[in-house]
Amino acid sequence: MAEPVRIDVVVNGEQRAGFAEPRTTLADFLREELALTGTHLGCEHGVCGACTVMVGGDAVRSCLMLAVQAAGTQVTTVEGLADDVHGRALQRAFTAEHALQCGFCTPGFLLTALELLREADPGGLGDDEIREAISGNLCRCTGYENIVTAVRTAGGNIGG
Amino acid sequence: MKAAPFEYARPETVGEAVDVLTEHGEEAKLLAGGQSLVPLLALRFAQPRLLVDLNGVDELSGIRALDDGGVAIGAMTRTRALETDPLVRDRLPLAHEAAPLIAHRAIRNRGTVGGSLAHADAAAEMPAVLVALRGTVTARGPAGVRKLAAGDLFRGHYTTALEPDEVLTEVRLPPLGPNTGTAFVEHVRRHGDFAIVGAGVTLTLEQGRCTDATIAVIGVADRPFAADAAVAVLVGQDFGEGAAHAAGVGAAAALTPTSDVHASAAYRKHLTEVLVRRALLLAARRAVG
Repeated sequence: MAEPVRIDVVVNGEQRAGFAEPRTTLADFLREELALTGTHLGCEHGVCGACTVMVGGDAVRSCLMLAVQAAGTQVTTVEGLADDVHGRALQRAFTAEHALQCGFCTPGFLLTALELLREADPGGLGDDEIREAISGNLCRCTGYENIVTAVRTAGGNIGG
Repeated sequence: MKAAPFEYARPETVGEAVDVLTEHGEEAKLLAGGQSLVPLLALRFAQPRLLVDLNGVDELSGIRALDDGGVAIGAMTRTRALETDPLVRDRLPLAHEAAPLIAHRAIRNRGTVGGSLAHADAAAEMPAVLVALRGTVTARGPAGVRKLAAGDLFRGHYTTALEPDEVLTEVRLPPLGPNTGTAFVEHVRRHGDFAIVGAGVTLTLEQGRCTDATIAVIGVADRPFAADAAVAVLVGQDFGEGAAHAAGVGAAAALTPTSDVHASAAYRKHLTEVLVRRALLLAARRAVG
């Protein structure tokens, strides 16, 4: 069955359906079939982290997962970030701390940080912990400093 | 950067997977976590006719205690589970320590223990954990089930003794003896990179004397390198800084690593010396602690 198959998946809380060949990655399916272009594709082979989304509550690289494998799962993309208390905290902090310039890598950073924040110690996040968590996401503009600050700030400002 | 077309099968049991492999032979490729294979597909270095996805085979996942004190890990168990599972933390401290060194969290959420072993990257951590802990893997094929010791599994760069119609189903790691410490250390340019060199060791001490040890080094050969000659010298000696240093020198002397863009052969030998020494000294503190 190299032909397109139907894929039913819950994305950002909404039941969605689309068609994809087995070789289609989840990233391409989200962008091209579901028109959710917030997920960005950088390297397309698992190095840059830009395409990070959540599947079943775990951050994953959507270029390294086939769309057919996402059938029946719950996916969260950057478009669903505002529905989440940690997601809102991240949005505010990234804006306040100027944690993006061109913004291409930002969706991946946000979803990676979302997983970190959800599991974080209520006492707050240390910079080493943040740097390790985002070490798989490449940013060519910011030099990372403002991203680390934003994630730390978001970790201390949950709520609202 | 898009994979060539392939057919896709999603078996629900190991038996079904073996049947599909038996029918299609080398034209089929097993898909575990996909964190190494999917990039190869995207770059078209791999172009299988059929992808056999093991993610629907529930019987391949899970970590369980063995009666002898060891641990069995299903091949499709995610690498992330090695960080969080209390059984791994308590019984397999070497695997627990090595797991967070493997790539990044999003990769570990998908990547699998069995997938890493079957992929057999000579710089990967899991193969060294298997070698250092004297583990075995179970493989199932059309002729039945067989067990392979760590030393028999790895045959070269990205090459194992697994047949094209076999599925790696389980990893078994025996218990550590008393007074045994373990350590996994590596040198990387950036957190999450493949190690330039890494070392996983176990060390058993009785009243200061080394009675057993294993040393596995990654990034220096075409497979995880078991420094058996250095271990042979170490066992029976009183353990200390000098013995650890000698083991590092011995491990490095047995190697002929290659130079590449990341590191020269001489630097890899130097790192082997340093990292084996450090790992042994750390393991010694844990053995008596």
